[in-house]
Amino acid sequence: MSTRAEAPGPTHASQTHASPAKANPARSVARRPNQLFRNLNSKIASIPMILVAVCVFLGGTLWTVVYSFTNSKLLPRFSFVGLDQYYRLWDAPRWVISIQNLAIYGILSLIFSLAIGFLLAALMDQKIRFENTFRTIFLYPFALSFIVTGLVWQWILNPEYGVQSIVRSLGWADFTFDPLYDPSIVIYGVLIAGLWQGTGLVMCLMLAGLRGIDEDIWKASRVDGIPMWRTYLFIVIPMMRPVFITTLVIIASGIVKVYDLVVAQTSGGPGIASEVPAKYVYDYMFQAQNLGQGFAASTMMLLTVAIIVVPWAYLEFGGKKRG
Amino acid sequence: MANSSTLNTTAAGIDAVSDRVGSGPSGRKPRKVISQRNIILYGLLGVAALYYLVPLYVMIVTSLKGMPEIRMGNIFSPPLEITFEPWAKAWASACTGLNCDGLSRGFWNSVRILVPSVVVSIAVASVSGYALANWRFKGSDVFFSILIVGAFIPYQVMIYPIVILLRELGIYGTLTGLVIVHTIFGMPILTLLFRNYFTSLPEELFKAARIDGAGFWQIFLRIMLPMSLPIFVVAMILQVTGIWNDFLFGVVFTRPDSYPMTVQLNNIVNSVQGVKEYNVNMAATLLTGAVPLIVYFVSGRLFVRGIAAGAVKG
Amino acid sequence: MRALKAILVASAMLPATYAGAADLEVTHWWTSGGEAAAVKELAKAFDATGNKWVDGAIAGSGGTARPIMISRITGGDPMGATQFNHGRQAEELAQSGLMRDLTAVAEKEKWKDIIKPSSLLDSCTIDGKIYCAPVNIHSWQWLWLSNAAFKKAGVAVPKNWDEFVAASPALEKAGIIPLAIGGQPWQSTGAFNVLMIAISGKDVFQKVFADKDAKVAAGPEIAKVFKAADDARRMSKGSNVQDWNQATNMVITAKAGGQIMGDWAQGEFALANQKAGVDYTCLPGLGVNEVISTDGDAFYFPLLKDEAKSKAQEVLASTIVSPAVQVAFNLKKGSLPIRGDIDLAAANDCMKKGLEILAKGNVVRSTNQMMSADSQKQLEDLFSEFFAKSSMTPDAAQKRFAEIIAAAD
Repeated sequence: MSTRAEAPGPTHASQTHASPAKANPARSVARRPNQLFRNLNSKIASIPMILVAVCVFLGGTLWTVVYSFTNSKLLPRFSFVGLDQYYRLWDAPRWVISIQNLAIYGILSLIFSLAIGFLLAALMDQKIRFENTFRTIFLYPFALSFIVTGLVWQWILNPEYGVQSIVRSLGWADFTFDPLYDPSIVIYGVLIAGLWQGTGLVMCLMLAGLRGIDEDIWKASRVDGIPMWRTYLFIVIPMMRPVFITTLVIIASGIVKVYDLVVAQTSGGPGIASEVPAKYVYDYMFQAQNLGQGFAASTMMLLTVAIIVVPWAYLEFGGKKRG
Repeated sequence: MANSSTLNTTAAGIDAVSDRVGSGPSGRKPRKVISQRNIILYGLLGVAALYYLVPLYVMIVTSLKGMPEIRMGNIFSPPLEITFEPWAKAWASACTGLNCDGLSRGFWNSVRILVPSVVVSIAVASVSGYALANWRFKGSDVFFSILIVGAFIPYQVMIYPIVILLRELGIYGTLTGLVIVHTIFGMPILTLLFRNYFTSLPEELFKAARIDGAGFWQIFLRIMLPMSLPIFVVAMILQVTGIWNDFLFGVVFTRPDSYPMTVQLNNIVNSVQGVKEYNVNMAATLLTGAVPLIVYFVSGRLFVRGIAAGAVKG
Repeated sequence: MRALKAILVASAMLPATYAGAADLEVTHWWTSGGEAAAVKELAKAFDATGNKWVDGAIAGSGGTARPIMISRITGGDPMGATQFNHGRQAEELAQSGLMRDLTAVAEKEKWKDIIKPSSLLDSCTIDGKIYCAPVNIHSWQWLWLSNAAFKKAGVAVPKNWDEFVAASPALEKAGIIPLAIGGQPWQSTGAFNVLMIAISGKDVFQKVFADKDAKVAAGPEIAKVFKAADDARRMSKGSNVQDWNQATNMVITAKAGGQIMGDWAQGEFALANQKAGVDYTCLPGLGVNEVISTDGDAFYFPLLKDEAKSKAQEVLASTIVSPAVQVAFNLKKGSLPIRGDIDLAAANDCMKKGLEILAKGNVVRSTNQMMSADSQKQLEDLFSEFFAKSSMTPDAAQKRFAEIIAAAD
């Protein structure tokens, strides 16, 4: 992601470019005014960001965690019940199914988005004709809302009107393809729609990354007789690390948040077979009027995010001492 | 790219990127038009294009059919008799409750929400990204890390705290409140993109300006902004899409008289009067998607270029 | 001090409407054909008082709409009035002083004497004050049957649940889905509760939901209900629809034999120009146990700072309860009026059956009135899973049912 992050360590850190430490004259001058006023404009300009980070994301998170230990119903109130909400949460079959679904959807969505996105980008990078047309075709679903995506795929996958009935009318009378009405595979039906909407953007990101690779590298590998797939796998992809990281942030944050698509496409059904955690949170907070339970579910989600994202974000974006 | 000694190459690389990305494929044309390689290449692309196009085709075809035809035929067959009635109905006369004026009443509301939200969120995020890239201060990276983690927090989780926050500020239910909400949730990804973009700009420019005595805002306005069109285009596209398509915030944080179009879309799609009117639903869907779609068709080229600058480097 | 401030704010904000009439935003989730027609009656009557009804319909059933309503009330930007179901959905909002106390209006108009059954007003009463105006009674306990479907299958239209179950193979043979159940969780939950009253009776129903008696919930009576639910699950296989009125539409078009649904389904039959007894048959209490529940809707009024609007709220409250509106609204909606002193001569056969049962006093309180939203949501999760997943045994489901009841409030 960042030049700084590429090679963390003392040798590099001192050379961090554009560091205000060097740019700011206040530093080079012997007198050291109050820490607070150094780089003041930048601090002022960052106030909105700091407010959002601290008050909204951090504050909101802490607030949520605190109230997850209460039995708040419709309105938040301080009556602590310990871990009760968490016991109940993990006893609820719906929550367990939600987590499983998120895991299946998340892993497959990550793999397929990256694989399809990269493959399409690699194809697009072969100096093809009609590049603009293809790019527009792959990217346009991203412009549509999940409500739209859910609706249209609900329809295409509808056994009475959609793919199933078409194939049957062509002669295969026993053909069955109704993922949205089969609890055991419904999440894959959601995945098909999710990929349809999301892979275009991934393709764009990957394409941009490929375009950033120096032509000379291709030439060199051709001279050395390295097969194309190996060049991609062992030379190009490692060079595209920053793109992969941005893409990962965008895909992964989308996965954790998946909600609208499920609501529009299946409403969590059939039964509770396509429920997802964000929907559990929302339903229990507002429909069931049990904030405590909703917050406990939120906290579990936040905890998962924290375990995966925080160490990485820290390594990637923060915590490096600068000289 | 990682090594700081390659700064010059990096800067040159950017130009190369923009050139290549900007001008599309370049270099020698493939010699043979029909080769085995091309068949596979275009075959694969064609199949992929089909997967992406089928839903759009279904939407358009369905929106032009009458209900009897929909019930009879299959969804992929072209309309026998083209009718624009579903479009007219979706736009002007579909009902929710007592209001029978379709999507039209939401369109301008959406515009009124969209414009300030896009402008404010991009302004705030670009300045933050600039500060993070060029004027880092103690703790700035920590705040940024929190922000990035914030990108992973589901909106549903944050609704309640935000309801309370806006209530305490006394701006619940106002346009200002909604603009702030959009700014907050657009901030993580946008700041990331801007930060990466500004980091990728040649450092010499910044140093030279510093030596000339230019300050924080001067450098931003005079030097950085004029160089940043691609990334602003990316930010704009992302925000226009996100905000235009937003349903949850629009319905929770505003009143019915300023509901955005997506709320009407949801109402039309979910208000079933007897039979589901798929043709009206599809027309409504296309009408709602029209604005971001047009933005994409117009600026798709710039999008890849901007993405190249904002995501690739960094 | 606060009152003074309120007046200042009000006069500063809306000097034009201070004259008395006001625009009142009313939120509700009545968006199906029959429902919208009924709302129109309410709006017409309210507009006739010189005020203006600003419609804030939110489509997609109460589950979609209630979160939005509650956010707005707790967010400090409330609407003028809002629909909730009879029961405990607004309990906490009232307790924390966010809702308007209607006791004065209620006493002036003697709601205590005219509103029947009195449990409706009890549900509006929190800490001795009245917070809502009931608008209608809906009962869940109905089986709607398509006469055409049974004719096509060559069997007589059933007179009760058991006959219906017995007729289901014939329906299936004719390519008709015996029982239509929409995919939304509240529908399968409702169907189960209906089966419960029909099969195990009113007392068991109350023991389970009012007294939260887990022993009864785990006992043999409820086991029978789960057995019947298992039948219903089998019979509803293949009814791939979401919304209740799409399911009703399957009955109207004879694609399905029947549907267990509340009396609001009548509005859809009426819109399709179908006649009770001719085109469709209705069996209250599934033809087994003629008891109906007092589900339905009430309007709640958030506390507003604006004086004129507060006045208008009271006008709306009394408009809703007034006899003329009760007749006009309920005929369109297919629901029963909340007062016993009006004549519904125009009511159709099914509504008359309902009125008779109501007059006899064969009523039970609705689950909304007895259970918290939280417990109900847990039950919804259970039943939507049960009805969709054929591998879940009735025994396993009953075990979870008893657990939920044991922990319910």
